[in-house]
Amino acid sequence: MAIVSVTKKACTVNPLKMSQPVGGALAFMGIKDSMPLFHGSQGCTSFGLVLFVRHFKEAIPLQTTAMSEVATVLGGYENVEQAIVNITNKQKARLIGICSTGVTETKGDDVDAYIKLVRTQHPELADIALVYVSTPDFKDALQDGWDKTVAKDIETLVKKPPEDVARNPKKIVVLPGSHMTPGDLDELRDIIEAFGMEPFFLPDLAASLDGHIPDDFTPTTLGGISLEEIADLGDASYAIAIGEHMRRAAETLQKKTGIPYRLFDRLIGLLPNDAFIAHLSEISGKEVPVKFKRQRSQFVDAMLDGHFHIGGKKIAIGLEPDFLFDLASFLVDMGCHIQAAVSTNNVPILERVPVESVLVGDLEDLENMAPGCDLIITHAHGRQASERLHIPLFRIGLPIFDRLGAAHITSVGYRGGRDLIFDLANMFIANAHVVKPDTWYPHVAAPGEAEHATAAASH
Amino acid sequence: MSSVSATVQDVFNEPACPKNAAKSEKERKKGCTKQLQPGGAAGGCAFDGAKIALQPITDVAHLVHGPIACEGNSWDNRGAYSSGSTLYRTGFTTDINETDVVFGGEKRLYKSIKEIFDKYNPPAIFVYQTCVPAMIGDDIDAVCKAASKKFGKPVVPVNSPGFVGPKNLGNKLAGEALLAHVIGTVEPEYSTPYDVNIIGEYNLAGEMWQVEPLLKEIGFRILSCISGDAKYVDVASAHRARATMMVCSKAMINITRKLEEKFGIPYFEGSFYGIGDMSDSIRQLAQLCIDRGAPQEFMDRAEAVIAREEKLAWDEIMSYLPRLKGKKVLLITGGVKSWSVVAALQEVGMEIVGTSVKKSTKEDKERIKELMGEDAHAFDDMSPREMYKMLKEARADIMLSGGRSQFIALKANMPWLDINQERHHAYSGYKGMVDLVREIDKALYNPIWEQVRTPAPWAKASDSWQAKADAEAAREAAELAADPAKAEAKRRSKKICKCKTVDLGTIEDAILAGALTQAQVIETTHAGSGCTGCRGTIDGILEDMAARGGEVIELDPLQAEEKRRAKKICNCKEVSLGTIEDTIRAKGLMTVVEVTAETEAGGGCESCCETIDEILADVHAKDPVPAMAAE
Repeated sequence: MAIVSVTKKACTVNPLKMSQPVGGALAFMGIKDSMPLFHGSQGCTSFGLVLFVRHFKEAIPLQTTAMSEVATVLGGYENVEQAIVNITNKQKARLIGICSTGVTETKGDDVDAYIKLVRTQHPELADIALVYVSTPDFKDALQDGWDKTVAKDIETLVKKPPEDVARNPKKIVVLPGSHMTPGDLDELRDIIEAFGMEPFFLPDLAASLDGHIPDDFTPTTLGGISLEEIADLGDASYAIAIGEHMRRAAETLQKKTGIPYRLFDRLIGLLPNDAFIAHLSEISGKEVPVKFKRQRSQFVDAMLDGHFHIGGKKIAIGLEPDFLFDLASFLVDMGCHIQAAVSTNNVPILERVPVESVLVGDLEDLENMAPGCDLIITHAHGRQASERLHIPLFRIGLPIFDRLGAAHITSVGYRGGRDLIFDLANMFIANAHVVKPDTWYPHVAAPGEAEHATAAASH
Repeated sequence: MSSVSATVQDVFNEPACPKNAAKSEKERKKGCTKQLQPGGAAGGCAFDGAKIALQPITDVAHLVHGPIACEGNSWDNRGAYSSGSTLYRTGFTTDINETDVVFGGEKRLYKSIKEIFDKYNPPAIFVYQTCVPAMIGDDIDAVCKAASKKFGKPVVPVNSPGFVGPKNLGNKLAGEALLAHVIGTVEPEYSTPYDVNIIGEYNLAGEMWQVEPLLKEIGFRILSCISGDAKYVDVASAHRARATMMVCSKAMINITRKLEEKFGIPYFEGSFYGIGDMSDSIRQLAQLCIDRGAPQEFMDRAEAVIAREEKLAWDEIMSYLPRLKGKKVLLITGGVKSWSVVAALQEVGMEIVGTSVKKSTKEDKERIKELMGEDAHAFDDMSPREMYKMLKEARADIMLSGGRSQFIALKANMPWLDINQERHHAYSGYKGMVDLVREIDKALYNPIWEQVRTPAPWAKASDSWQAKADAEAAREAAELAADPAKAEAKRRSKKICKCKTVDLGTIEDAILAGALTQAQVIETTHAGSGCTGCRGTIDGILEDMAARGGEVIELDPLQAEEKRRAKKICNCKEVSLGTIEDTIRAKGLMTVVEVTAETEAGGGCESCCETIDEILADVHAKDPVPAMAAE
């Protein structure tokens, strides 16, 4: 049980956290033909856009209501209306996902009311799906914007099935947390399909931001779960939510459609994956395929081989709450000691992180607590602390702007865990502490002092 | 210049080796090395041994004359550390090709030497002979001599091609090369009464640095360390030291002894492993210096450092006592001497449930017994399956061994720590022993064990690797019980002499053919002509055969059974086969430990433990019910 404290600093230095609308926009990017729209000033959008471009190295669909000073004061209805009309006409988006920002939340724009008004004013836009999520920048963080958006998608877009709906036993809804990369989703898809089931990911970043070459120039998202697929999710037989923050979305789905869900708060590590695979075997009624038996065996072997290098290492880790919980638990499973854990906002799961204390803080806090650690684990902004402290940095999460392949880092499943062990162990091997002649006895006499009989005799 | 075979003979004739001294002239000629068994050998070759012994000399270029296999497949794979030059880690090889094999590789070797001097300018080059150039007759001595003359720097031929023998012969041949070409060629700038040599220490994982600073603090000057973190000139001036410490192994005994013979440098054999051994070694080294003229106060200085460091180390080790007390250790090692580790482990309350004595001498074995009491299990050689069985039976919490057995422990999901030469941690001296205890604690308490021992949710218990190994052992035992011919073949195939790989059948046949004394058996079968350890067993076989009248007499079944049951299994405690079998059946015994506890069999010299194990397997194979019940 970790003691969670919140940094007492007034000034955040080297932020770990990213804003809530960014998480909302990312969630919309996993839906086909959609265009996330920030209701705020241009800058709100542009910073988010650059963050994603540098991380995914892809064209990112993200629009703005471009609130001016006057519009901000007088209210943004016209900006929202124009943005919806323009995006529909120019970009042919079928879903516009609107996230509020700090600016418009401070003003108090009633976007739900705006949307009603747009609907009456523009009957020609009846086919365009509009989803609005309230995501003030000054509250919560990326993972919260993501989960609120997924819940709102379900509320708005999923059709309520009839009471006596015939459930499709092969159809599974997967509600992945914001910490799942496209690589993770692909791995989960492979695993679920191997049990003869068809997973529908909401949202599905693996189909949009996995870095593929599109057939055509598309200003909206390049892929993802389609609006039709979302509308028809109601006849699925099971839902799987990944990460504690997806509980809201899973509850929403269950309430609306009656689909029972199971939430996995961890998918990194041996026992969490055993539980996951066993669950799939149970709901599919199929035996565990041989390939997972082999993969499990490989994972166990990787644990055995890796524990020599990973065991006993001191770690400083900074991540969003659910990712922190999953990865830190895994590191502790592997015998690491988490010397410093920093997260972005105070949510109950932080108390369950297997460390003495978790600080809700920033990368300066992490840097201050990291000296003496063997490894820093956080996103790419940890690089400055890493350089200053001469402690290697293991980049994970978002953003990773100074390395390639961020979208494909896979840590879930037996294979993902196996590779994660190797990557971590290799990092420790590459940065192994090199012993020197004075490692054990730094203050013993230099060679010149010790070799005289007089010195020996006089003592 | 002597030939390789003459050098090998010279090396075999090692008067300082007690084993060698005990042999006859003829046996001595055959050498001290185990005969390699095709299809059953796993060790390194003489070239490997020579390279291992010399490569830690850091500032010389180590040039391997041979095809790419010898260096290309093995370079930079040793953990010997350097405080200065890193040239020793650069892989140099002549990489000879077909043309060289046909026309000779000497020119290529000479050119290689030239290139190395041009590009790297080392103070010396060591040239290693390998099998192929040795076969085609490349004369590396001549090439080295010519190159030395031409380039004005030492070029040292190391004549130790792989086929002449195993690794430990290579160690000695490397020593011969140093004696012939290096030691005594440089005079140190000055001498002190505290100049010492440390021989047989390779600075693996930096272990020398856990020792050297303390020796320096006391006032020793390490004139020459052969060969850990050594420079060429240090090795070359080793002949001016006042005393030599030979570390642990007998691998470089020839250098040590010849330094004494030629230059009058006294030596002792010591170890830096274990707190007590470290202190004893410091005292002995100081005493040798004092004997040769250093002031008596020197010992006080040594004692002061010893007292301080021992206290520091024990204080730190004791902090682990609450966590390690009562944990069980299986110690399988040839490298770090078993008994030096045992003391430290016992001090933190750990229980040694077994140890191997494969490479230990008779004195080592005695000492283990002294430390661990009569109950301790000591094994000679173990097959992986036996080791696994042992892990299970002894219910050990951790296994300490060399890298080769790690997978048995790991696959059995058992914590394991590497304490042999491939390890990455330094365990020398006072600090090293603290580090070892810390590493044991780390391995034991790593949370992965609980996870990896958790079966997959879908797994059946009978599918596990462990269950299969047990089933296989049971099946084999049952098969032997069902088929007397096969059982007889297996009985006869038991290795009696491990050095010369002679089995029981061969010896029995020899006895039937007329060899009636131990000497005759040794003469005809060569069994017992290696380490001589099995000579007692041979006597036992002779007695057995004599009792049977030299031939197998047909008996009626009842009589035969009686005779079979009357066979003495444990000669020390006089326990017969029948007694053991009855007790196993009556009390449902599963392990050798239990049998010893109930019948005393195996409680003496323990040489019959293996036999008792076989009896257990036989009984359970014939009567598998208790085995199943215990699962």
